[in-house]
Amino acid sequence: MERYALQARSVTQTFGAFTALKHVSFDLREGEVHCLAGENGSGKSTLIKVINGVHAPEPGAEISFHGERAVARVSPQEAKRHGVHVIWQDLALFPDLTVAENISFDGFVARPFGPRNTAANRQLAEEVIARIGIALDPEAILGDLSIAKRQIVAICRVLAADARIIFMDEPTASLTRKETDALLAIVRRLSSDGISVVFVSHRLAEVLDVCARATVLKDGALVGTFPTAGMTQKRLSELMTGLELNEQQRPKSAFADRVLELKGLSRTGDYQDVSLTLHKGEILGLTGLVGSGRTELALTLFGMTQPTGGQILLDGRKVRFSSNQDAIDAGIAYVSEDRLNLGLVQNQSIEKNTAATVLDELAEPKYWLSPRRVRALCDFWIEKLRTKASDPALPVSSLSGGNQQRIVLAKWLATNPRVLILDAPTVGVDVGAKAGIFRIVRDLAEQGMAILLITDEAGEAHTHADRVLILRGGAIREDLSPHDISEDALERLINA
Amino acid sequence: MRPRFTSWSGDKIELSAMIAFLLLCVTLFGSVAPHFLTGGIFRSMAFQLPELGLLTLAMFIPIVAGGLNLAVTFTANISGLAAAFLVKELMLDAGMVALPAALIAGVGVGLLIGLATGAMVAYVGAHPILVTLGAMIFLRGLGELLTRGGDISGLPDSFKTLGHESLFGVPIPMLVFLAAVAFCYYIMQLTKLGFSIHMVGSNPRASLYSGINVNRVLVWVYGLSGALSGLAGIVMLARFNSVRVGHGESYLLITILACFLAGANPFGGFGRVLPLAIGLMSLQVIASGMNLMGASQHLATAAWGAFLILVMVLHAPFQAKP
Amino acid sequence: MPKVLTSPEGVLACLILLVSLILTATTDSFFSLQNLFDLLNNQSVNIIFAVGLVVVLVAGGIDISFAVAASVVQYVTVTLVVQTGGATWGIGLILAGAVGVSLGLLNALFIHRFRIVSIIVTIGTFNLYFGLLMYMSRGRSIYDIPDWLYDRIPILTVELERGSATLYFPVLVMLAMVAATWFLLARTGLGRQIYGFGSNPEAARRSGVNVALIHAFAYGWLGLCAGIAGLMQVHIVREVLPNALYGRELDILAAVVLGGAVLGGGRGTVWGAVFGVVLLAIIQNGLNLLGITPFAFKMIVGAVILAAITATNAERLLPRLKTRREG
Repeated sequence: MERYALQARSVTQTFGAFTALKHVSFDLREGEVHCLAGENGSGKSTLIKVINGVHAPEPGAEISFHGERAVARVSPQEAKRHGVHVIWQDLALFPDLTVAENISFDGFVARPFGPRNTAANRQLAEEVIARIGIALDPEAILGDLSIAKRQIVAICRVLAADARIIFMDEPTASLTRKETDALLAIVRRLSSDGISVVFVSHRLAEVLDVCARATVLKDGALVGTFPTAGMTQKRLSELMTGLELNEQQRPKSAFADRVLELKGLSRTGDYQDVSLTLHKGEILGLTGLVGSGRTELALTLFGMTQPTGGQILLDGRKVRFSSNQDAIDAGIAYVSEDRLNLGLVQNQSIEKNTAATVLDELAEPKYWLSPRRVRALCDFWIEKLRTKASDPALPVSSLSGGNQQRIVLAKWLATNPRVLILDAPTVGVDVGAKAGIFRIVRDLAEQGMAILLITDEAGEAHTHADRVLILRGGAIREDLSPHDISEDALERLINA
Repeated sequence: MRPRFTSWSGDKIELSAMIAFLLLCVTLFGSVAPHFLTGGIFRSMAFQLPELGLLTLAMFIPIVAGGLNLAVTFTANISGLAAAFLVKELMLDAGMVALPAALIAGVGVGLLIGLATGAMVAYVGAHPILVTLGAMIFLRGLGELLTRGGDISGLPDSFKTLGHESLFGVPIPMLVFLAAVAFCYYIMQLTKLGFSIHMVGSNPRASLYSGINVNRVLVWVYGLSGALSGLAGIVMLARFNSVRVGHGESYLLITILACFLAGANPFGGFGRVLPLAIGLMSLQVIASGMNLMGASQHLATAAWGAFLILVMVLHAPFQAKP
Repeated sequence: MPKVLTSPEGVLACLILLVSLILTATTDSFFSLQNLFDLLNNQSVNIIFAVGLVVVLVAGGIDISFAVAASVVQYVTVTLVVQTGGATWGIGLILAGAVGVSLGLLNALFIHRFRIVSIIVTIGTFNLYFGLLMYMSRGRSIYDIPDWLYDRIPILTVELERGSATLYFPVLVMLAMVAATWFLLARTGLGRQIYGFGSNPEAARRSGVNVALIHAFAYGWLGLCAGIAGLMQVHIVREVLPNALYGRELDILAAVVLGGAVLGGGRGTVWGAVFGVVLLAIIQNGLNLLGITPFAFKMIVGAVILAAITATNAERLLPRLKTRREG
């Protein structure tokens, strides 16, 4: 008979008039690795918070742990007693403390005036580290470790607290392929110890093979629980969005005017010997996993870093960018993958963010930056890109992900660039809004802009690019036309 | 589409509230304090306000840029000293020419000190509080070394004009302050630099990625702050006809108080010049009014402190968590 | 290089050693028990302030008001003691500590309950405390100090060839406060909670750290230190001068930050704070012994601080030397 770590039936959660979960059921076997998938706002986080006792669901829910009697709501104490732990994406660790102290932190909270027993903490840390079989110095300062190692420390921390059901929120979002593999190896090990692990993500390609089943939520309702055997990323995203994604591939066309050429471009430690040509009106897909060197390459093209070898040619002329201002002046625009921290100044206004790249043009005469011209520029782009923004004076953080990304596009289009580099332009953007963003991008290409589309989603590259380059380990490994290859094959090549 | 009231943005509401508060203070003291509404008090206020006001403007710009300049008062002292040395050594008999020369020297020295501080903030990347704290201790020491702890006095009479005369019935120091307010308003609201200062104050990295030269902006932020401090130093020199290191030291934390009172965000990015000017006037009205009622300047200082906390407590429910 | 030497405390200890060696070589009187004891006697008040402030900095806050709060404590304590007539050291310390803690808790209340940023609150209370103090005292000093507070208490006297060197009571109190603060910060779970809270407040909150307790403890402890330091200051100078400690807060802040505490929290140690004060003190002491004009002291101290800030951020100035921080 199957032994269940967790069975939840008919969980409904409302916040005022808003229903976050509608009669959702979820079950988890002991030692199972399970995917919990869904778009932003689909109810994944709410479900977790019901299970770990943060939220009290509507009456009628039945939740039971380890086959015990079902209860209508879980208290935080009960969740703790049953070993339910959540590792949120921000990890909630302490960068200034040592690994051992991070692992033992709950002990400090439980006994504030007890002695801080360094030897015991160290021993506890060493035990759990040994349990997951990874080399980690308990005395290292956490802030000195890579994100992947911090992720492992977070796992150690919940293991030290006797976790039996672990929810991991977007655990692979910023890991390299190798680091992801190491993480998955740890998860398999936990699973064979009888610990159940739930991966929560809206991008699950990397973890599909480790999971036995996937539960998909959409708009707070259960779509279903599916075995992962035979599941593809495409099928999963269709389940998550409920949309049959049938965007047309770009028609085959020939491009003549070379805009940007790289000849043997290298930067020690980041990428080597990259050569490529980008034409007028072309969308060039540059794919590769995190750590493949794709963002590093983009930062060099944008003048933020300098290459250690090779050449950049713009319209056939050799260029050197000593700063990103040089690159912007030369007509290069860069939409960062990190919209939250680098793409926009979140708490400043929509109009300020739109105008930030073109201050020199707006200030005419030089010593006069007219607020009216700033507003006019912003109004123009809001209209042009069909952005939903009620008041340009509001902080840009008040907009949804898709509309924020339109503002990012607007601020770069305002510079009238020759080359637009899009680095993961749809991160944190819902599927409907994604289509809108790509409509804009395709229009721009039609009008003759040269576009470098950096993405790790095979589907995006396959559908929207005219040519796809695959970066791996800092070098271009494949150069293909999406018309000659299926999306699944492309996905396998990226992940190879 | 857009509801009308949103065009009445938070800034305008805040400014109106501050003006209303200023009028309230004036009425209140006018009704309880004898002779408050007679001209004399406004004249004396108008002579007292500019020193604090100029230093507050010098503090304000770095705060909007996400920093702080703890060196403003001693920058003012050193600039005043430089001007006094120049005039005493070279132009004791130069008559009216001495005044503009002193102004240029003072503002120039302040500017240089500020640019150096700004370069350290920008290129060393240490927290502005630390850099300016170090600069403050250094400048105080430099001043002590130059003056051996004493006063430098005995400036030509032309300085009295700047410190004590009026033009069209408005004291000249007040005119200097108002000009500085206008200048700061122009810089902060109507130039690329001001635009960039707001952006850098909120998020320097995202500003850099937008093509804003963050380091240059920071150097100028502290440069402007230093120049305004230098101007304050000259006004102080003219009013007291002497310079002493440590003069105006007690203004330092009050300038920060005034900036926060006027709604400047301690994390940078936000703050407006006009509420600042109005807020300063309110502080001066409180001080002068209390003075007329027989309370000392110290009680007014206490009232300012209590007032800041009160305003923040009232603000608290409306502010998003940082 | 061993970890100990590259930490801020290690670097400071080496610097202190280096400066001491130079001063021993260049002056006759630096390396003497007399001079050492004088240094300790003179710096005990600053060190007590510093170890209090480091707790607040580690917890991710800042406090501008503590030095002025110490003046308030002096005034209140001595006035009460004189009015009631008598009292003893025990009562005096308890009274000073209690007033100090109350003033610190007031800061904590505004910071925690109303979520006002600590720098705003403490600039407000700085002006409030100082204004009220100057108003109530009318700026006048109190010279009428009770005997127990007036009389020096030698705790260790060493007879030398010429005269003798004596350590006084404030040094003992300072050692006690340093030891207590060190124990709390470095050796208890509460201490780890404070580091954790300063390092990542949101994570601490989610881990069940009682944030109110952390705020109350950090600002209350600094208040306690300020109160005790204030009383020691009265004992040393034998008068209550209401503005004697005005401006001290920034000097202490500079010393503590020199000792490796970081504005923003999570880092800093008691040893670093002590070493920061000691380094600045022996530099001044050395300049004095070298016969350099006292008017130049501050400038040199300022230059040392600026140089230290530049040195600790050198990796930013020389990006090529920057190594990737990976485990």
